[in-house]
Amino acid sequence: MGDVSIFLQHMTNGVSLGSLYALIAIGYTMVYGILRLINFAHGDIFMLGVYLTYYGVTYTSLPWWLVFLLAPLLTGIIGILLERVAYKPLRGSARITILISAIGASFLLQNLGIVIFGGRPRAFPVPQMLNHVVRVGGVSINFVTFIIPAVTILLLLGLTYFTTKTKTGLAMRALSKDYETASLMGIDINRIISITFFMGSFLAAIGGILWGSRYPQLMPLMGSMPGLKSFIAAVVGGIGNITGAVIGGFILGLGEIMLVAFLPRLSGYRDAFAFVLLIIILLVKPSGLMGDKVTEKV
Amino acid sequence: MREKSKTQITLIILVLTALGLFLANRYLDPYKIRIINLSGIYVTLGLSMNLINGMTGMFSLGHAGFMAIGAYTVGILTMPVTMKEMNFFMQPIVPFLANVEWGFLPALFAAGLIAAFFGILIGAPVLRLTDDYLAIATLGFAEIIRVVFTNTQSLTNGALGLKGIPNYTNIWWSWGVALVTVWFIWFLMKGTYGKAFLAIREDEIAARSMGINLFKHKVMSFAFGCFFAGVAGGLMAGMLGTIDPNMFRITLTFNILLIVVLGGLGQIGGTIISAVIVTVMMEALRFLDEAMDLGFVQIKGIPGMRMVVFSIILIIVVIIREKGLVRRPKGRELTYAKN
Repeated sequence: MGDVSIFLQHMTNGVSLGSLYALIAIGYTMVYGILRLINFAHGDIFMLGVYLTYYGVTYTSLPWWLVFLLAPLLTGIIGILLERVAYKPLRGSARITILISAIGASFLLQNLGIVIFGGRPRAFPVPQMLNHVVRVGGVSINFVTFIIPAVTILLLLGLTYFTTKTKTGLAMRALSKDYETASLMGIDINRIISITFFMGSFLAAIGGILWGSRYPQLMPLMGSMPGLKSFIAAVVGGIGNITGAVIGGFILGLGEIMLVAFLPRLSGYRDAFAFVLLIIILLVKPSGLMGDKVTEKV
Repeated sequence: MREKSKTQITLIILVLTALGLFLANRYLDPYKIRIINLSGIYVTLGLSMNLINGMTGMFSLGHAGFMAIGAYTVGILTMPVTMKEMNFFMQPIVPFLANVEWGFLPALFAAGLIAAFFGILIGAPVLRLTDDYLAIATLGFAEIIRVVFTNTQSLTNGALGLKGIPNYTNIWWSWGVALVTVWFIWFLMKGTYGKAFLAIREDEIAARSMGINLFKHKVMSFAFGCFFAGVAGGLMAGMLGTIDPNMFRITLTFNILLIVVLGGLGQIGGTIISAVIVTVMMEALRFLDEAMDLGFVQIKGIPGMRMVVFSIILIIVVIIREKGLVRRPKGRELTYAKN
């Protein structure tokens, strides 16, 4: 009995962490699908989302649920601006150039964070509603641990509807299938790319809010590790594929929690787990679990 | 005739550099000498990264990891035995390293060789990945190395780091190594291997059809790059005297990348100049982080401002030099968008 309940506790923690990785990974995978660009700054967009929420809740009189909605919208707009400033001027140039610009953007956001928000860690204002412990069977679990997968699933359903049923979603898929042909078919590329960045940043900010409610310590550099790991989740699942990103996120989250839970001697290597997984996947199946097989054209 | 005048110019530059270094060593204060040392080390680092990223066209972000290997090798090998006992108070150092005390030159060689060994070990499987995947995989390896160093208490003293590494690094070491690196890379790029590297950068498929062994040349370029990164890491350890795993974060790789990008991918001369400029600027811009007293008004220092300025410079330079950055003809398939 004791063992089962402990296992269940680890499972819920793993699923909840996995959901967070999945939410961030979707942004990576959507941008990569269309632009073939690793948006290195995505993890820092996630950080901005958390901080915007923090300031909204602490310094305005708006109710918290409204802030939880407005902050992701604002983050989405920042995402659009980021693409306009750092990536759009480079569209069409060598990939290494844009990667360097992306790294530059990432460092810019991180250091702007240090300048504006200060290097001192802050405590995330977790709403009372999310912050209580519920007991299920013999297991006591923080309520937010349940909320996270639920929100993730809802957002995923919405996203799936958007990409498969709406015209914009269709345009997005067309662009990621064949950029040039799609642009010849009268698709407004700039608009679609902006929407992609908006949605990715929006989801990252929601992920950030949930992250803050779960691990309520904010720092300007908090985005880099979750960002890297979520990118790994996207690669593991097959980059460019939204379902793959979610599966990758769950594998990573569960794997990490289980490693710490069952091999406590290796818990110091927790951060290395994701990278080892990445390298194994890249060697065994570079296109990821759900990715299409890419053939080299001469 | 032209060859001859080129040699003469090179000789003149060398003599002037040596003279300048000699005078600097003699008359400047320790802080300025330290900046000169750092410039030399960054020349080595910039060139070694340029060999991998600019000349062979692989996008590696693992430099900090290989520097860490080099720095720890030098730190452990050169540290006096009594100092080791003081450092490793949490857990004693592994027995076979407890009583070694090497000179600086063999230790630097060991640093380079061990870094190159790990470079081959890591490179052999991952170098067949292309642009983005290679970048993220090498970045991953650098992180793994850092995590491993934080956890191997009896080998690297874990998160506590190493203190009291003898300060062997001086101007002659840092710039001597830099000159050797310049010469070696210039020599390498002049020969068949260099031509093969460039061919791989320009077009892998074409290079392969011409009978160039992609695997061999990529691993080779990567291993040379890692060797010099390791040596530079060793010099860094000998200069600072104190190292810990958190020094070798991706920020360090980013600094080197900045040097490579500013100097021009594939450019030896440009890299040397930009390494010096970036190092001096890094120090000169320090005022942005610190408090300023303008006489009538006091400005509180804003930590992080320096890196903000640097990131903005990087983005602007990349955008301005968009086309000239990677010296490739237009209309090639390596573009932002999918083909």
